[in-house]
Amino acid sequence: MWDHEIRAMVSTHALIAASMFMATVLPAVFVLSFSVYGTHLLWLYCTSGAVNAVSVVVFWLLGVTPSTKKNTLGYKLSRLFRACLYFFLSCLFFHTVIVLYGAPLIESALETFSLAVLLTSLTTMRCLCVLGPNVQAWIRVFSRHGAMSVWDTCLQITVACTLIGAWVGAFPIPLDWDRPWQVWPVSCSLGATIGYLTGLVAAPTWIHYHRKQLTYKCK
Amino acid sequence: MKGLPVLWLLLWLSAVYFVGIYVFVGGFLLVRLEVNRTSTCGDLLEPEGGSADFCRGQPRFKRAIILIIDALKIDFARFDSSKTTPRHYENKLPVLEEVVSSRPSQGRLYPFRADPPTTTMQRIKGFTTGSLPTFVDVGNNFASSAILEDNLIHQLGQTGRHVVFMGDDTWESLFPKKFFRSLPFPSFNVKDLHTVDNGILQHLYTTMVGDDWDVLVAHFLGVDHCGHRFGPDHPSMADKLTQMDGVIRSVIEHLQNDTLLVVMGDHGMTDTGDHGGESLKETDAALFLYSPTPVFAESNSQNEPNVVPQTDLVPTLALLLGIPIPYSSVGQVLLPLFQEKTAGAVAGLSQLEALWINAKQVNRFLETYSSMARDIPPQRLSQLKDEFSRLSSDYLSSLREGQSPPSQLALSLQAYLTSVRDTCRSTWARFNPVKMAAGLAILAFACLMCLVLSELSQVLIKEYSVGLKAPAALALTMGVVVAAAQLLTQGYVEGVWCLAAGAFSSELLFFWRFRRVNSFTVLKNGTKVSKYSRWLTPCRLPVAPLLIPLLRCASLLSDSYVIAEGRVVTFLVFSLVLYIPIQLNWNGLLLPPSPDPLKSAGLLPPSGLSLSTVRKECTTLLGCVGLLISTLYLSLSFHGCREEQGSCQPSSFLYPLSRMQDNQLKNLHYVLSVISLGIYTSLLRHVLCHYGNLNSSGGTVFTARWILPLLSVCLGLHWAVSATSEDSFRNLAQLIRVAQLALPRAAYCLLGLGLSLIWIDPITVFVKTRGAASSRTPAMPTPCYRASTGISPQAELHHLIPQIYQHMRRSLDDSELSGGTEAPNRLTVEAYGLGTVYSAPLLLFCGLLGMGLLLLHPEGMAASFLLLLLEMAALLHIHASSTTLCGLHGTYSGGFNVPWTPVVLWSLAATQFFHATGHLPTFPSIQWGAAFVGFPDGHTSTLLPASLVTLNTFASHILFAVGCPLLLFWPLVCEVRGISRARTCGVEGGDAVMEMRLRENPLQFSSSLLQLSARYLFIHGVQVFSSVCAAAILRRHLMVWKVFAPKLMFEVSGFFMSSVFLLFGVMLVLRVDRAVARWFKNLMPDASR
Ligand SMILES: [Zn+2]
Ligand SMILES: [Zn+2]
Repeated sequence: MWDHEIRAMVSTHALIAASMFMATVLPAVFVLSFSVYGTHLLWLYCTSGAVNAVSVVVFWLLGVTPSTKKNTLGYKLSRLFRACLYFFLSCLFFHTVIVLYGAPLIESALETFSLAVLLTSLTTMRCLCVLGPNVQAWIRVFSRHGAMSVWDTCLQITVACTLIGAWVGAFPIPLDWDRPWQVWPVSCSLGATIGYLTGLVAAPTWIHYHRKQLTYKCK
Repeated sequence: MKGLPVLWLLLWLSAVYFVGIYVFVGGFLLVRLEVNRTSTCGDLLEPEGGSADFCRGQPRFKRAIILIIDALKIDFARFDSSKTTPRHYENKLPVLEEVVSSRPSQGRLYPFRADPPTTTMQRIKGFTTGSLPTFVDVGNNFASSAILEDNLIHQLGQTGRHVVFMGDDTWESLFPKKFFRSLPFPSFNVKDLHTVDNGILQHLYTTMVGDDWDVLVAHFLGVDHCGHRFGPDHPSMADKLTQMDGVIRSVIEHLQNDTLLVVMGDHGMTDTGDHGGESLKETDAALFLYSPTPVFAESNSQNEPNVVPQTDLVPTLALLLGIPIPYSSVGQVLLPLFQEKTAGAVAGLSQLEALWINAKQVNRFLETYSSMARDIPPQRLSQLKDEFSRLSSDYLSSLREGQSPPSQLALSLQAYLTSVRDTCRSTWARFNPVKMAAGLAILAFACLMCLVLSELSQVLIKEYSVGLKAPAALALTMGVVVAAAQLLTQGYVEGVWCLAAGAFSSELLFFWRFRRVNSFTVLKNGTKVSKYSRWLTPCRLPVAPLLIPLLRCASLLSDSYVIAEGRVVTFLVFSLVLYIPIQLNWNGLLLPPSPDPLKSAGLLPPSGLSLSTVRKECTTLLGCVGLLISTLYLSLSFHGCREEQGSCQPSSFLYPLSRMQDNQLKNLHYVLSVISLGIYTSLLRHVLCHYGNLNSSGGTVFTARWILPLLSVCLGLHWAVSATSEDSFRNLAQLIRVAQLALPRAAYCLLGLGLSLIWIDPITVFVKTRGAASSRTPAMPTPCYRASTGISPQAELHHLIPQIYQHMRRSLDDSELSGGTEAPNRLTVEAYGLGTVYSAPLLLFCGLLGMGLLLLHPEGMAASFLLLLLEMAALLHIHASSTTLCGLHGTYSGGFNVPWTPVVLWSLAATQFFHATGHLPTFPSIQWGAAFVGFPDGHTSTLLPASLVTLNTFASHILFAVGCPLLLFWPLVCEVRGISRARTCGVEGGDAVMEMRLRENPLQFSSSLLQLSARYLFIHGVQVFSSVCAAAILRRHLMVWKVFAPKLMFEVSGFFMSSVFLLFGVMLVLRVDRAVARWFKNLMPDASR
């Protein structure tokens, strides 16, 4: 059972990483003068969109997403609506946190919000996919004994890696090197992306090597 | 409790830190006193018989052009035609070689040796004053960078010469309004190679053609910036040097006969293009002198110097241009330029005359300086004096007798001048790497000692009486031994090394004893092995809270982060604050375990845990995190701006209201400040009232009730008075003046009175005896003391804490046994405010001190001080709640230990509010206005204004250091009834007794206090250590004198203030403890009677 799930996870992560790669490469074919620094926001939205789409599809196909108790259309629609609402609220939350961390409040609000969108698609989207629109469960997952499946542990690792990556990405901003990637929010979004990719690799590896110790309350 | 050991240990720790800092700074920061005297034309420097007025004679040159090419290394100027493949910087200035070889009597090229620090500003100071500028030239101009010492530009202006300047705008700040005309260009952007140079070239030739100048100074920056950007060996350096070659060429062509041309570099550069240090690559610049008329002797005489020290330019230029040598110059005239009188050319001074004038001036300076400062070794000084008097008698006697002076006199005068300069240089212009290394070592060991102390405080306090006699004795002996050794070998004692030896030996003794303590504990009790030796393993040290100070220390090593320090610290504090709830959630402590058994089957809480308590604590915690985050964000709007931060707008709260033009805005700011002050005062009073500390009639309560509001009224009035503009109330001018004087002084008096009242009578407990209650319960075996907090019924219900003190009961029992008489009627004593008996005076003290410090700040900072108070409160509550949550879940570690996270936050907050109160670690940003609060007409002494400015600058360090022990008390203050730590503390009964727990466990109390203080000192000490490291490692960095050295001085002063006031806070706690002990003593007989 373990190997099966880990294999599923590896392939999922490979798919997501491939989609991110495509999101970086494909626009360069269609859009003139596309570059990660130069047209950063475009790249950012491409990547977010790709990650969102692939995550939703893959997790739905895999059946990781918790199944609804009621199967009525109305309930499904309300869940969908809730998910969208949470997505948007999470963007606002990340935006606030970034501003509190010291990002300019008014000047580059669009850039800050784009970074918030990226962070949301890398973290919150996965929470939505794995746990459904249930904030209580999200908070519960991020505790020592909170994970209840391999996917929960994987969620913990990727989210932590993404956030730490974005946090570390803020470090080079004050340096006086005048590099293109020091412009707000390039370093942070790159940090988050690299962190996420690291998480995608690290999660299955870690789970693989700790599969003996991992015990879940109920599955 | 064992108070004195704690105090002595802390005192010793800080003393060791201070010694380390002192030793390092002694080797790094070279200090020199500025002599603020100027030479005048009336100075009788010539031998008698010379013209009375020195300046009226005919000078050798009427005009001079000084071209300074920044960082023109001597290697750039030399020409070697034999090189087939020259590097990019070689052979690019052929004009110099052409002149020197074709017209040797007109031009010469010399290596021009600068003295460290080889930074542009210090060098300009050096070759205009002729002195050896150090980083700290202690004069009266800390605020501006203008040179007040006597210098060439000043002398030229004094004798009516027109000095025209163009180029690097550093000159404009060094010599404000001294130039006849000046064309400064911005020098800040190192990446810009051409702005300054092209600006000069636009105006240079047109100015030269004109007739309205006597001395023209042009400072080119392109070569230096090219070096910083690309390094010397780069094609663009070749371009730049070729451009300079063209400039020199055309200047020589345009030169008139009465003009001297000086082309020079202010310093060299290393192979990477940097400078600042003392290697030959950095110090050896080029000096090229050229005159259209012959000035040098044809043949190379024996007087030809190999290397020209930079100071020598000053007397040479002064005598050639016919102006007095600047007062504090220690240079020596360049003899090749002073030839015997030749026909044709304008007669100058002869070599001997020039040397004589020079020697007399240097001797005069030496006498003045040695009367002011003691840093030149006295033996050396008297040697030099004797030498001069011998030479002068020789010279004067030969002159009087009309003989030609002996030939070796010139040589002896030269030797005298050289030895004076060498003496001065060895005192002022050398880093001392040995001292720096020793200081670093002592500091590193001190930090380690803090860490060990904080981990082992329990063992140290509990099992061993902390004998400080042995380290003190050892330190003293080592100091004396080193002093004696120095006396024997060198003949004089250098105090620094005695101190260093003392500190170092006591540190080593401490570590040796700590090892013994450790092994002894292991021997004595096998089970303790894991307990006390585990601290060395990394898992014991909390990673995340120590990662933040680590990042903070790393940030001190980069100039960009030091420049952005305010934001960096806020960022780090914010990260650590966010970490707290995340970590609590990770441990499963944040959310109340959900009732759904499916979700958390194994997470059932230990018994006695009520869901509502957890929920309440979580809400408090999250609310406080929110409060803290918002104060952090708001505090960003009070920051000032460094000059390096280009597009930064300093906070509008930084300016005093009297400078504000817009009346409406002024009123708005005033109202905001007064409201903040009001909230500040009422918050303090509310807290004290809430915990029942305002009921008794002691000194502290009097302070809280009357002095605190009165002080805030005083402050508000003072702001109102000082903000009124001069002309708005003309008829009240007299009154306003009196009020401006009286109000702040009244505030000082109130503050002093309040602080001393708190010190004298810190007890805030109100005792109420209930006779009726006792008569109703005569069967109760012991008297009952209630540590009540409020006097209102609700408060009583909420916080009424009945508690029977074990040791009191025991002692009472003893007395009863010995007395043998059964007391007939027992009393129930209700004591209000007993639960916060320690924290209340400390809190009040802190608040009052904060108000006093606010008085020294601009009015707008009231809001910032309110934020400071709120942040303190939020931090304390977060700490208390997380401790309680840990306690609720049974993971509490026991004792009163304060974990690392709150201590780190507390000490980083001190730095954060240093910035948020408008301060910056730069000298121009010091708020000098603080010295004139209450003293609008200035001071007579320097001590008072200096201390006022220091208090203003380090206000946040002071407040956070004094308030540090609150971290220990607050979890007890916020203790939740029913789920107390009675289990862990071994006290029976489930009632919360708040701070009375500390009295029950005096040993734990003192060990926790020691631990907390050691941790606080550790965080600050590590910051000092890393800024010391930054200064030591980066002493060649471009920014060392602009960023790192000022940062080091501010960090060191901040540490000094922090440790002094931390000791003060600890002393206050000990004072309260003694008062409480006495109070109990007085109470007991009453109760047992
Ligand atoms: Zn320079
Ligand atoms: Zn330079």
